[in-house]
Formats: sequence, structure tokens, C-alpha cells
Amino acid sequence: MHRKSASNPFLEEVVATAPGGDALRTCLQCGTCGGSCPSGPDMDHTPRMLFAMINGGMREPVLRSNTPWYCVSCYYCTVRCPKEIPITEIMYALKRLAVRDGLYDDSTAPDFSKTFIHWVEDYGRSFELGLMGVHMIRHNPFGAFKIMDMGVGMVTKGRMGFAPTRIKALDGLKRILAKAKELEAQT
Amino acid sequence: MSEKVGVYICHCGSNIAGTVDVVELAKFAGELPGVTVSREYKFMCSSLGQELVAEDIKKQGLTRVVVGACSPHLHEKTFRRACATAGLNPYLMQMVSLREQVSWVTEDKALALDKAKAMISGGVRRVQLQEELEPTPVPVNPNTLVVGAGVAGIQASLELADAGYPVFLVEREPSIGGHMAQFDKTFPTLDCSACILTPKMSDVGTHEKITLLSYAEVEEVTGFVGNFHVRIRKRARGVDEVDCTGCGICIEKCPRKVVDDVFEAGMGYRKAIYRPFPQAVPKFPVIDRANCTFYERGTCKACEKFCPTNAIRFDQEDAFLDLDVGNIILATGWDLFDARRLSQFGYGRLANVFTNLEFERLCNAAGPTDGRIVLRDGVTEPKSIALVHCVGSRDKKTNPQCSAVCCMAALKFGHLVMEKTQAEVTSFYIDIRAPHKNYEEFYDRLQDEGMHFVRGRVAEVTDAARLPDEEGKLIVQVEDTLIGKQRRMPFDMVVLMSGLQPRADAREVGLRFGISCSMDGWFTERHPKLDPVATMTDGIFIAGVCQGPKDIPDSVAQGAAAASRIQGMIARGTVMIEPVVATIHEENCSGCRICNNLCPFNAIEFLAEKSVSYINAALCKGCGTCVAACPAQAITGAHFNNQQINAEIEGLLYDAVRGNGGAPKPVAVPA
Amino acid sequence: MKYSYFPGCSLEKNAASYDVSTRAVASRLGMQFTEVEDWNCCGATEYVSLNLTAAYSLIARNLAQATKNAGLDQVVAPCSACYLNLRKADKVLGQDAGLADRVGKALAAGGLSYKPGSLHIRHLLDVLYQDIGLEALGAAVTKPLSGLRIAPYYGCMIVRPSFHNGDDDPEYPTSLDKILKALGAEVVDYPMKAHCCGGHMTQISEASGFEMIRRLIKGADDYQTDVIATICPMCQLNLDGFQGAMNRHFSTNYHIPVLYFTQLIGLAMGMAPKDVGIGDEIVSSAKALIKIGTAVEPEPAGPPKRKKDDKSLPMPGRGGGVA
Repeated sequence: MHRKSASNPFLEEVVATAPGGDALRTCLQCGTCGGSCPSGPDMDHTPRMLFAMINGGMREPVLRSNTPWYCVSCYYCTVRCPKEIPITEIMYALKRLAVRDGLYDDSTAPDFSKTFIHWVEDYGRSFELGLMGVHMIRHNPFGAFKIMDMGVGMVTKGRMGFAPTRIKALDGLKRILAKAKELEAQT
Repeated sequence: MSEKVGVYICHCGSNIAGTVDVVELAKFAGELPGVTVSREYKFMCSSLGQELVAEDIKKQGLTRVVVGACSPHLHEKTFRRACATAGLNPYLMQMVSLREQVSWVTEDKALALDKAKAMISGGVRRVQLQEELEPTPVPVNPNTLVVGAGVAGIQASLELADAGYPVFLVEREPSIGGHMAQFDKTFPTLDCSACILTPKMSDVGTHEKITLLSYAEVEEVTGFVGNFHVRIRKRARGVDEVDCTGCGICIEKCPRKVVDDVFEAGMGYRKAIYRPFPQAVPKFPVIDRANCTFYERGTCKACEKFCPTNAIRFDQEDAFLDLDVGNIILATGWDLFDARRLSQFGYGRLANVFTNLEFERLCNAAGPTDGRIVLRDGVTEPKSIALVHCVGSRDKKTNPQCSAVCCMAALKFGHLVMEKTQAEVTSFYIDIRAPHKNYEEFYDRLQDEGMHFVRGRVAEVTDAARLPDEEGKLIVQVEDTLIGKQRRMPFDMVVLMSGLQPRADAREVGLRFGISCSMDGWFTERHPKLDPVATMTDGIFIAGVCQGPKDIPDSVAQGAAAASRIQGMIARGTVMIEPVVATIHEENCSGCRICNNLCPFNAIEFLAEKSVSYINAALCKGCGTCVAACPAQAITGAHFNNQQINAEIEGLLYDAVRGNGGAPKPVAVPA
Repeated sequence: MKYSYFPGCSLEKNAASYDVSTRAVASRLGMQFTEVEDWNCCGATEYVSLNLTAAYSLIARNLAQATKNAGLDQVVAPCSACYLNLRKADKVLGQDAGLADRVGKALAAGGLSYKPGSLHIRHLLDVLYQDIGLEALGAAVTKPLSGLRIAPYYGCMIVRPSFHNGDDDPEYPTSLDKILKALGAEVVDYPMKAHCCGGHMTQISEASGFEMIRRLIKGADDYQTDVIATICPMCQLNLDGFQGAMNRHFSTNYHIPVLYFTQLIGLAMGMAPKDVGIGDEIVSSAKALIKIGTAVEPEPAGPPKRKKDDKSLPMPGRGGGVA
């Protein structure tokens, strides 16, 4: 049984937005998550630091942090956390909150996810060429040259799809996702 | 009913009075049939409150007392004693729990008063049918059984034996000493562990009042407090204890070398015939039959050939001893957490990752390296050592508890490393737990001596180098939480501070003695704050880490505490058995034996000659199972007979009995 | 042995060799795969970063579609991300009543429904290891991969988070190691075997993404690995496709081919390389595969006898610290 914090609505928001998020209240600040994270050295704040900031009610700095966007979903933190806090799920929750409020300084990662899903919502399947094309033009225009050999290799070995695949019941999928978004907006 | 009942309603400060209208309640009680006097008072358990009861008994000639207060668990004894001192049999007093059952379960005052009235009414009706009862004295056998000869068991045994009472000390391993015998130095004094332990071990070995049964286990326990019967299995050493002089030639000549998994924590070797360590008590070696050539193939017999006193007995068998003791102390100790369960630390795969117990053996001058701190190759001295705290402790996935000793042990290790080598040593911790006398000062000392500390729970230990300066090292990857950055730090050696766990067979052992374990697996004490060495089973005590992780001073204190309790009982000579027990009326018993197997305390036996069942009052706990089960209603539960129970029920339904056609008056139920 | 088969987007084109080799091996082992009808993208790690209900609804549509394969309650996914998404969604929908309610309503808008717990979601590796078993796999081997040093690479999403169901160890899994051993290969004790390939990190931050790939390739190279065996198309793309770019970024010169474990199983079963998609990899496996079929390596001798002056301390072996 926990007492909801009236003085820290941000903590309550995060806990409510992540499935299983209640465990965050028991964080020991031991640092196992920050120690395990493969992309940790590249983050503004370690995951542990982010949780300390959430505990301190620092909503905007947390949501503006690049930490969740550098999370690679390796789940090492989740598996090692001595308090069984679902850390990766909390990172997803923070991303969702950041996107909803437009609170990120670097749009590379949010845009990547949005572009990826744009193809999925329009066709039912992901479309790599479309994703890479749009993303690179917007965020890494000279990047294409760096991986030219890979691109050529993919094409010559038949690993590159040139058109998106459309699923049959695409209308059904669109109705499902529209309804889902409507219900999500009400939470 | 011509009894004179006194009713006392306690305010318990505001605990009861804040919710229950105690004045109204006392007035109500005063009008109940049989009640002579009814009072309410702020704190009934105070001396003044008790005097109130005693005075009324004397002056008003009360024959029954009802106290409406807290739970009987807390003050039943208090009020019984108050009655007894005033000359009233203590079992003519009934406590009604107005606090735990009424004021602490609702905030609704109307509901609370209603329930309180019902309960007082029940108590008043019931108490008038209660009978005078006398506890039964049973003699206490002055022998004591101590199970486990680590430092707690040793301390308990010595205290009892020095007081002049016989002790049977049973130890599973070939020698006494337990884990403490494996350590090098102890914190915070840096006393050599063996140096402070072996004098006690020696005392145990030579004490005329202690019968040491080593390499033995308790097979069966029956009986009750003051009168236990135990069956001990003395395992076959393969060596005759009368003829053996302890010269050790057999050990020298034995050709079979085996990894010593127990005393050397897997770091060293012993022979198939062995003594766990040089100062072992008793001195007699043991033949490890699983690894002995003779038992495998029938050949060798080098020990027998060379023994100058013909003490080897290959055909020796386990022997059984039956003992009578008055009390039992369990001091069975702990197991080390198996660090291979946390594969991210690389224990078992990366050669130079050690556990704390392995490291103790390295540091110990009598250990496999004669006290040199070296890497797994047995030769190289490490230049950098990492100590990883909380391995298998404070972790919901393995053991949620803190193991109490590892922080201090890590500090100790730090000191030993800096004393014996030129290595730099770093502790990786979540918190430094240094609660007891001189512990914080020890932490300060180590900081001063130059030990390094990084606050962060180690994420992984790996040999996969990312950069050239990591090659060939063990990398500790951790978040330095005080800086807020992930660090990868290279070390030659990593020591995991593995946690303390209950023994693997703790539950089974507990059952054998009739005590229980908590969810975490440690033996359950009677009260965690006020009675940590007694258990819910009278006559069985626990001491040392088997009750929960603790350091040596606390283990010694608990051993002494348990011994002291037992000494008190022996000195009194008898122990009083509660009279709230069941009795079988022979005339009504048909010998159907339905009750026999229902008793959870094995208190019922069948007397074949008379063809009736019989309840041993000393074992009976008055649970009432047999009373309910007997088809002939031949069993009465004292203090809980049918008339008393029915009276209480009638009292509870006081407002249904009168008028209302038998249906209870409707009570407002909260929305 | 019948299963519903969920290939996932990658197996259509990018990881076609995984799909081809999987089907070939399955067929040889007598497994029957029925593709999930009109399946959609699982959303990878992208949708769940944008919208929770939509993300779970996207996954749940696949679960609903899978139930249309009558009598088949086992769904096998070769891609770790698809596997994790499907399994995690099934579990979370069974625990979080609010989310399950929203997802249920969303599915209904598309004329579908799904009852959490109706399906068993399995990764292909787990199915081959548990259902087929090492003995059957070994028996099917006609051209053992003798002499080939293979580093088994699990990546993260197959072993973590752990569902505690008798699944492989989340830190130090061994099922793929054992399968490769059963194929006759020399299995490398690869310390990075369950470390993350970085997922889409190359597209977010090159430095970070390439560094994660470098660690894995270096780790394999340090152990003289001939081939890295993967079980996930994302891992394969990162380690194989981006190996060149990673080399350029760090001025390193690694050349370690990355093949799907099903391709290796196929080769060991005597299938022709082109029939299991060999040649689709960017970093060519040709040189490494020359080794297969060469003289059989002698069985390694047991633990060496202790020399008289050997001072080394024994490694922990048995009960570990019990006194």
C-alpha cells in the first residue's frame, strides 16, 4: 500500500504511465542500472541519476534528458535491479511523456521512431528503405556516404526491399490504431 | 449464577477511548446480570490500575474479573497476577480485547461501541462459568542438548557447563569451531580468529561437564520442555576414539588428495583421511569414505599399516545414542550464498574472482597459501584488488536481507591486503554498515590507511577488454554514483562479499525439533524485539546466525542468553505447564482413536491395555482440535468447554436474545 | 511438431537467409510451420516509445491473428524483438487490467479479440533446443562443422527480461553454445555473448552505435573466432552490415562473418550453402567456411594432471562455499 505523493505529481505521473512502475518508489539508488547500461557513458544522466531527479520532482530536466533516447532496450538494468524495478519500461514511459509534451532538445531519436511507425501505420509492415531514406535526409545527410558499401552490398545481395509491403486487412489495422490512440489520449 | 463480577474498561490513553465511549460502556457493563462493580480507567495495566482490581477483589469480595483492554498476548499475565495476589484464582479472569478487536479496526464510533458492548457482554457471561485451574509443575532435566558447535554453540555450552550442568554438544562436522575457525582476523579488533576461538574450543574439549559428539547429527526428537528424548547418530569415523592418539601419521601417509570443499572453501586440498584443520577438536581424524581407495577398490590401507596404535577401523558403523535432556539450543549457523548464481560477476568462470570465504582462507596463515594473498595461479601477487559488496544480499532476486557482516569484513580485508601486500584495494558498496562498538571508527581507520571506496553496486565483472589498458585485467563496471558516471576499472583480483543464507536444510531441521522458519528461511524467534533466543516451542532455543545474520559478538551474546534462560529453568527445578489443556474422560472414550492423528502436537497416545486414548497434558497446547473431533464428546477443553463457549456467544448476541423475535437488531453499516 | 510461424518484417527481405534457412531446417527436422495470417509489424522498440495503447494493440493484432491457426497454440518467432514483443504483450495484458481493457476495445474496432494467456510464444532457438533437443540435432548432422571456431551470439532480447520459466540464463545463456557443439563446431566461450548490439543506435548516434558493435566484434576477434552465430536479424544487420563502417570509424580491420545459426545447422545437415542463404552476408563467410570438412580436431584431453610443483589453487567446482 503506498501513499500517493501530493508534493511530487511528476513521480506519480511516471509511476502511472509505466506498467509495474510502482516499484520505482523503492529505488535504493545503488547504481546497478547506471553501471550496467551499455550506452550509459553517452547519456546526459545515468538511469539512476534520472530516478533521483524524478524523486526530486524535476519534470522538465528529466523529460529533456537524452537518457531514455539512448536506451537500447537491452534490459540488463531490469534483470539486475535488486528492487525489481522495470527500468526499461520506465524509459519507454519517459519517452512517451517527452513526445506528448514535445520536450526533447535533440529530435533525432523521436523522429526515427515516428518515421518508423509512419510506415507501419500506412502499410502494416515496416519499410527500411523508406525509414533510412527519410531519416538520413533529415538527420544525417552525409551519413549515407559513410555506409555506401553496406547499401550497395544490401542491394546486390537482394536484401533491400524497394517497396513497402501492404497487409491485406490494412483498414482493420487503421481502425484498431485509431481507437487505441483515442483511448490512450483519455488516460 | 451468584457470582460477583468486576468489570474494568481501560482507556489505553486514547487508543481505546478515542474510538469507544468508555464511560457509556462501563455504565452498560454495570447493568449486566452478575456485575457488582464496573469501572473505566486510563491505564489498567499500570500499578494503580492493577491495584484497583486487587482492592475490589478484597473489599467487594469479587469472584470474577473481566478486563476490557488490549490483547491478552500483552497483558493477560499482568491481570492474572493481579488477581492472584489478591487471592483470586488467575483463571477466573477474562480479558476482552477492546483495542485490537474494536478500536484498532474501525474509526466508526457507533459501530465500535456496539461491538464493544457485545464483547463485554460475552466476557461477563463467560467468566461466570470459568473454573479455578492450577498449572502443572513438571521437573526439568538438568541436561542440555546444544546442536551446532560454532562460536554460539560453544559459548552456550561453556556457560551451562561452568554452572555445573551437563551438556551434550552435537556437531555435524568432524571438528567444532564452525565458520569462525575459517577466518583469519576478526573485525574491528583484528584479533586472530583462531587465537580467540581455540581456547574456548580447548575448554569444550576438556570440560568434564561437556560430552562432545562430533561428526554426529540429531535424528529424532520427542518429548516436551524439561523432558526431551533425543536420538543421535554418531557417524562412523573409521577411527577408534579410544586407541587414536591424534599423532596424524595416517594423514601423512594417505595417498589420496581431495579438494577440501568445506573448511578450505574449495581452495585447498586434504587427504581422504583428514582432520579439518590442525587445531581440530576433537583430534581424531575421519575417513571420507566417498574418496577413500579402500572403500572404492579394497586396496591401499596405508593408514592402517602405519597407525602405531591400531586405531583404524574400516568396518566401523554409525552408532546411535539415546539421550534425555531438559532443554535444547539450536546454534546451527549459516551457508554462504553461491556466487555462481549471479553470472555477471564471473565467479567460477574467471579465475581471479574469489568469494569472501575463499579470501579468508588465502589470508589465513594456516591456509592453502600459508597466508600469502596470491592469484589463482598460486604464485602471482595482485597489485589491485576489488571488493564487491552485497553479492546475494539486499537483492529481491536472491536474498532480500542485509547480511550484517560483509561491510565490516570488507574493511577488514582492506586492512589485511594493505598489511600483507603493496596492492591497492577498492570497496564497491551501496552503504557502509558499521553500527556497533568501534565499527565506525574502524571505517575511519581504513579510510585513513588509504583504502579506496566507490559508492556503486557493481554491475559486472568481465575480462572482455574494450581498450588496450584493459587487456589482461578483470574489469569492474560500475556507476560511481557520487560522481554520477559509469566507470570501468581494471583489477588483478576481485573478491565477492557473498551473503549469509540459512542452512540448506534449515526447514527440515526445524521440523525435526518442532520449530518453524520464517519465509526467508531463518529460525523464527518468539519475539523479534523482546525474546530473540526463545522459540514458540517451550524448551527449544536458538542462538547465533541461525536466527538471522549477525556478527560474532552478537552470536556469543545470544549463546550466553540461551544458556542463561536454561540455567534459570534448571535452577528452579520445575517448569509450570499451562492448565488450558484438553482431558479425555475415560468412561466416555470408546477407543476409536480418531483424535490420535489429529493432534498437531503429538500429545495423544493410545493406552492399549485400557483401550482408551490419553492426552499428555505437558504436550497439549489446548488448541481444541480433538475436542471438536471426538464423536462421543468425551474430551473437554479446560477453560474452553462447551458451556463457556455457548455463554460467550449468548453474550455477544445480547441484543438478539431479548425481544426482536430472535433476530439481531439492525446496525447501521458504513456506506 | 506444429507451430504458428511469425517471421517478422526483417525476414521478408533483409534477413531472407534467416527465413530460408529456418524453413529448410524445420522441414528437415519434421516441424510444420503455418505462417500467421496477414501478420503486421510488431512495432519493434519504436511504437512503445510513442504510444502505449497503440503499441500493445499493434502487437495484440498479431496475437489475435495467430489464434486463427486452429489447434496451434505455439507461436515461434525467429526474430528476438518480435519474440519479446509478442511474449511481453501477452504477459502484460494478463496483468494490467486497464491496458488490457483499452487494447481489447481497440482490437474490437478491427473486429478482433485476444484472450491473454491463450498462446505460448517461443523463440526459434528455444524451440530447437527444448522441443527438438540436442540428441536429435546431433543425429541429423552429416557434415560436422569440425575445426570451425564459432562464437554464439544471443544478443539481449531473447534472454532478457527473464520470464523465469525454465528459460536460459539471462546473463550467461548456454543453449546456443550447446547446439553449436552438437553440430561439431569448436564453440568459443564468448564473454560478450549476451551483450547488446545497440539496436537502432547507429541511426541515433553513430559514435555510440558503432562503439557497441566494435565491442562485440573485438570480443569475438580476441578469441580467434571464425564465425559469429546470431539468432536475431537486428544483431546480424548491426554486426554484419555495419562492420565496414565501424572499421572505418575506428580505423580497425576486423573481418568476421556473421551467420544465422539456422544457416550453420543447415550446413551441418549437409545442405548446399546457397540453399541456406550463404552469400547474403556483407562480410563474406567464404574464407571461414573453407575450414569445414577439414581433418577432425582431436578430442581435447581431460583436465591436466597436477604437476608436482604446481602451486595453483583449484577453481570453484562443487557446492561452492558450503561449510
